[in-house]
This record gives sequence, C-alpha cells and structure tokens, in this order.
Amino acid sequence: MILKTSAILLAAMAATPVLAEQPVPPNAPVVSPDGSLYRAFGGHDGVVKIMDDLFVNIEADPRIKPFFEPAKIPHIKEMLVLQVCAITGGGCTYTGKDMAKVHAQLGIQPSDFNALVEDLQKAMDSNHVPFAAQNRLLAALAPQSRVIIYKPSAADGAAATSQ
Amino acid sequence: MPRRLRPPIPLAVLSAALAVAAPSLGHAQSAMDNLSLSGKLLLTGGVNTVEGTAGGGLTPWAVTGGYGAANQLGGNIYATNVSTTDYRITSYGAVATAFDRVELSLSKQAFDTQDVGAALGLGKGYTINQTTAGVKVRLIGNTVYDQDSWLPQIAAGAQFKSNDKGSLVRALGARDSHGTDYYVSATKLFLAQDLLLNATVRETKANQFGILGFGGTDNRYHTQIEGSAAYLINRHVAIGAEVRTKPDNLAVAHEGTAYDAFVAIAPCKAFSVTLAWVDLGNIVTRRQTGFYASLQAGF
Repeated sequence: MILKTSAILLAAMAATPVLAEQPVPPNAPVVSPDGSLYRAFGGHDGVVKIMDDLFVNIEADPRIKPFFEPAKIPHIKEMLVLQVCAITGGGCTYTGKDMAKVHAQLGIQPSDFNALVEDLQKAMDSNHVPFAAQNRLLAALAPQSRVIIYKPSAADGAAATSQ
Repeated sequence: MPRRLRPPIPLAVLSAALAVAAPSLGHAQSAMDNLSLSGKLLLTGGVNTVEGTAGGGLTPWAVTGGYGAANQLGGNIYATNVSTTDYRITSYGAVATAFDRVELSLSKQAFDTQDVGAALGLGKGYTINQTTAGVKVRLIGNTVYDQDSWLPQIAAGAQFKSNDKGSLVRALGARDSHGTDYYVSATKLFLAQDLLLNATVRETKANQFGILGFGGTDNRYHTQIEGSAAYLINRHVAIGAEVRTKPDNLAVAHEGTAYDAFVAIAPCKAFSVTLAWVDLGNIVTRRQTGFYASLQAGF
C-alpha cells in the first residue's frame, strides 16, 4: 500500500514539471459558442485587423506604450487574436502563457489597464464592431484585471513564499 | 420622547469603511510618482446628485465621483437647475476622490419658492438654502471589473446637511435645521447587457431633502429606498430612470416619492451634461414635475 502510494506520488512529481510547461488557458469564458459574436468582429480577418489597429493606438499612447517591448509585439498580437477568437466563439484555443505570470513583473496600475481598454475600444470602433458586441467581449476580459493589475501585497506574499 | 441621534448600523458600517480605506493610503506614493489623471472609463464616475454625491441625479451610487482610477486622484464640479411646477431648485458643488476609495463632496442647494413665497407671506422668491457636506467610502467590489460575479460594488456614505432657515422650518413643524443622512449603495454593471443597476438604502430625518428641515411628527430616522437603472446606448450616452422614496413626516404638507427619467451625455471625460424629466412628488402646494439640467466638468 505504502509502495503503491509512493509510486503514485513519484509519478505525480515526475509529471508536475511537464504540466507546468503546458499553457494555462485564460479564465475568460466562451461567451458566444455559436460564433455569432466572432462574426460581429469580422471573423479571423476582422480580429486580426482590430489587433493591428490596437497596437497602432498603443504606439501613439504614451500612457502604456512603455509596457510593450517592440520585439514581443507580434507574439502578443497573435495571442490576443487567439484569445478574442476563443472568447467570441471562433473555435480557437488559447495556447499562450498564464496571464498572471506574463503580467506579474510589469507593475500595471488600474489606469494602465483602463488605458488599454480605451485603445481597444477605439480599434473596435474604427472596425465598426457594434457597441453591444464590444461590451460582450470586454465583459469577458474584465475579470482578467485581477491577475493583470499589479497587487503589491500579493507580489510581496509570493516573494516571501519563494524565499 | 427619547431622541435617537443616529442609527447604529450605518455608523458601524462607516467605521468598517474607514478600516477598509486605510490600506489605500499605500497608493499615495505611486500616485505622487506617476501624476497621471482620468484613468477611469467614460461615465463610470456617474453624475452628481442634487446633494453633490456621485450617482444619478436623485440617488447616490456606489461609484466614486470623477475619473481617478484606484491609483489616482479625481474630482469634478457641477451645477444643476431643476424647474418644477412652482419652484426652482439650483444646486452646485464639488467632489474630490482619492484612489477610487474615498469621495468627499461639498454642495449648496437653493430652493426658490417664487410665487408660492408671496402666497405664503414669505415674499416672492423667498429662498431656502442648504449646505451639504458628503463622505462616501467604497467598501467592496468593482463595478467594471467584476463581470464574472454577482457581487455589486458597495459603498457607504453620509451627508451632513445644514439649512439656513431654522425658524421657518421649525414653524412648519420640523425639529431641526441640521441633519445627517446615512446610506449604503450597491451598484452593478451588467456590461454584456449594457445595463447598470443601483440600489440605495438611506436613513434620514430630512423633509424634502432637508429643504424643509429635519424631523417632524416624530424625530426618528426613516428608512428610505432608492433605485436607478441605466441603459448604455453607446460609450457617450446613457438613458435611465430613478426612484427615491422620502419620509412623510411633516403634518402641514404631504411628501411623496420622487422619480426621474434621464439622459446623460459625456462627449469626453472633462465634461458631461445630464437632462431629465423629474417628478418630485408633492412639495407643500402640489405635485412638482419639471425639467432637470446638470453640467459637470472634471477629471
């Protein structure tokens, strides 16, 4: 019995690093399983265009431009396209990293998070996404503020735990 | 008769609010380091109630006024005119908010009796003035971010009111020219449905917002219910309706529930205009309906 338990524990320990390498899906729900919202965003081409426009807006936005390392922008765009496609029912699966991990060291303030929302709203406006459709996407993304916005206490706690 | 000076529950809530507010002082340094402004999204600071506090036109919401995000300061000034069947009510004031947590407000209300003043022997255009100082603390929740939960944003507040016509309001049967309202507001934005709902519970002794003094037939606090619903037409325009019950505590004149139907327009964060049709219920003479217009400028 003890041997059997140990074997399971060992197997679990061996498996853990592999699991940790697996992409963790964002905690955003699929809000339009029938894909109607994806179509309101113009499907794949529409979402790609919106993300291109988003980064044009970010480039012109001194509030949040410094957060984006130019070399990483193509990858970030690709991951955002996947996320929006997944949420809006386009049938994609998010394969990016855990949202909390990729934002943990950036020190993002609430006003920075909202600035990105505004730049995204402008991009959706210029691509004629209806207001109600925009809000369905934003409602799905909004709870990510909890892992994206910097929390001094949580970061301190994590640092203390790792020491 | 024992005088109940203040209701115990709102005081306990306010004490808890101060305890909750203390950690947000830690944001002070980062706000100093980074003097950015207006980080909240458009219209998420509400407009100004007739008593100054951020909310709808009649009832406070749990939002803090102005556009300061949780790492920022915010504030606004406003002026409101309400012309009803017999009266003209003007209100102006200012709101200051720290870290989307604490809101302070200061406002003046002027109630011009116009021809009714002459009929009552007070003189045409006899005006009752009130000063209201307000404090509101956000306790829990985030109107915009908590889209995956039913938890609303909840805030508790107080409005300290002082009426400048003590002898008149006492002659009408009020007990006092000063009074404090305590309230708790819960605001929920259903973003995917473009809908905002608010409910407020108020403990008050005020007659007609305090314009006709405080206390009357009895000198107790009366529990009042207020509600707002707003539909977002687009990012710049919201339409909605509100209801606010009031005590009916003066023997000389019936006091009724107030209602409004509004449209709020914010071309940008610096400026908004709110227009409404209001029904303030009976005020001394008869039911008072009319037009409400409010301008707000801020950051």
